[in-house]
Amino acid sequence: MRNFISERAQDIPPSGIRKFFDLALTMEDVISLGVGEPDFRTPWNICESSIYSIEQGVTSYTPNKGLPVLRETLSNYLKQHYNLPYNSDDEIIITSGVSEALDIAIRAIVDPGDEILIAQPSYVSYAPCVTLAGGRAVPVECNESDRFKLNSDALQEKITGKTKALMINFPNNPTGAVMNRKDLEAIADIVIDKDLLLISDEVYAELTYDGHHVAAGSVSDLWQRTITLNGFSKAYAMTGWRVGYLCAPKELCDAALKIHQYVMLCAPVMGQIGALEAIRSAEEDKNNMVQEYRLRRNMFVAGLNRIGLPTHVPEGAFYAFPSVKGTGLSDTEFAERLLTEHRVAVVPGSVFGAGGTNNLRCAYAVSRKQLTEALGRMESFLNGL
Amino acid sequence: MQEKDLELLRILEDNSRLSAKEIATLINLTPAEVEARVHALEVSGVIRKYTTVINWELAGNSEVSSIIELKVSPERDYGYDRIAERLSRFRQVKTLRLMTGTYDLQLLVTGKNMQEVSRFVSEHVAPMDRIRETATHIIMKSYKENGNVLFEQQEAERLPYSF
Repeated sequence: MRNFISERAQDIPPSGIRKFFDLALTMEDVISLGVGEPDFRTPWNICESSIYSIEQGVTSYTPNKGLPVLRETLSNYLKQHYNLPYNSDDEIIITSGVSEALDIAIRAIVDPGDEILIAQPSYVSYAPCVTLAGGRAVPVECNESDRFKLNSDALQEKITGKTKALMINFPNNPTGAVMNRKDLEAIADIVIDKDLLLISDEVYAELTYDGHHVAAGSVSDLWQRTITLNGFSKAYAMTGWRVGYLCAPKELCDAALKIHQYVMLCAPVMGQIGALEAIRSAEEDKNNMVQEYRLRRNMFVAGLNRIGLPTHVPEGAFYAFPSVKGTGLSDTEFAERLLTEHRVAVVPGSVFGAGGTNNLRCAYAVSRKQLTEALGRMESFLNGL
Repeated sequence: MQEKDLELLRILEDNSRLSAKEIATLINLTPAEVEARVHALEVSGVIRKYTTVINWELAGNSEVSSIIELKVSPERDYGYDRIAERLSRFRQVKTLRLMTGTYDLQLLVTGKNMQEVSRFVSEHVAPMDRIRETATHIIMKSYKENGNVLFEQQEAERLPYSF
């Protein structure tokens, strides 16, 4: 029989640490700091509005772009909160999570051979999505010395004649780094000068702890060359609902819509109803969750530094990214031994690509009690090294 | 009020047993600073008391709680204040509020049993001057008190890893 697997699918490296994760599943009494999702339940008003809509028989397809009322509400929200002017008619598409938004954004712009720069460490799906679209993913390393912000010199170095776009994600998964207006302006100059497109995944925007999130599309003249991706998963504890959105100037949005309509048709209507309720009346729930993450961040990061794992203060998302450089172990060895010997699960930084190979991603989306217990176990592990 | 004080109050409202040291790491202050701020909030009367939310039913206590609504004729110059102050002196009155709507005052009254609550209402509250009408509602079961759910909730399962 022939090998039916496409070269592109073959080109995607299998996850090297799957075995390690499967091991965590079989163990008892594990504290997992490996989960990239909120530990809160979705606010009940969101659940209830979705349940009610199902009872009312709202179970059909929606327009490809999403419910008009959701797009209008979202358009106002983005204008008010992030100074992002996107027209609800033709510049917003509601997607099945940010994952889909990311995929259609990339497929809308990538031709074979195009190089897409990815600020790394980054979420694991960016590079494979570029590969699947026939492009070449080129990492741009963000370093601890810059507190994991994207450095303009590092960016300049990676730009070639084939570079088409830059992908960024701030607040960042896995580092928690945030780019303020000045940081983004430096990047904007280069992106505009080199005539690149910017894809900005801002799914952690609402989880910004020391100031207000600055949307890349609101900086300089970036708007016309920016695709903004965002969603409801992280801010409203709605990961399983699969609702995200893509915003871009009409021409780009139209191209992404062609792909969306053929591969997804529309995002699930129940999720869209829940998302609408989230914007309309879950502001306080969201603020309460953000406040709790902030407290956890403060105590957890102070704790990591105290036990001897140097950690920069993450200004957003819900990840701490301690360095294991001083321990004599690689990130993977550290993570494996910490799991098997002390039953704390964290994710080795190298999973997230360049720039993270000496670090661990520890999600503090678990209770304070569990964080305290995890810190104690990590301290015992370090003392035994 | 300062943002740090508000953070402090929210933390204490959720769990007043946290130590100054624990609170300090949560909001980036020193334990001494936390103690000083808490002290100032106590002195100014913002912090009234430290207490515990108890599920008395689970503790085997068979006390009866009731909500009592009163129609009251207000007094010239004092409105409802004097009668409210008078009612609030009773140990049995746990909560007392002035309300809009059909009734004026709302009381939360507890007693050992139904007879005790009913005696309290008929002998002490109802005969008081200026009280025109009472309505007594016995609480059958409490599901949530002051934002705290009193029944067991199922833990939602999460994957041990996700990116």
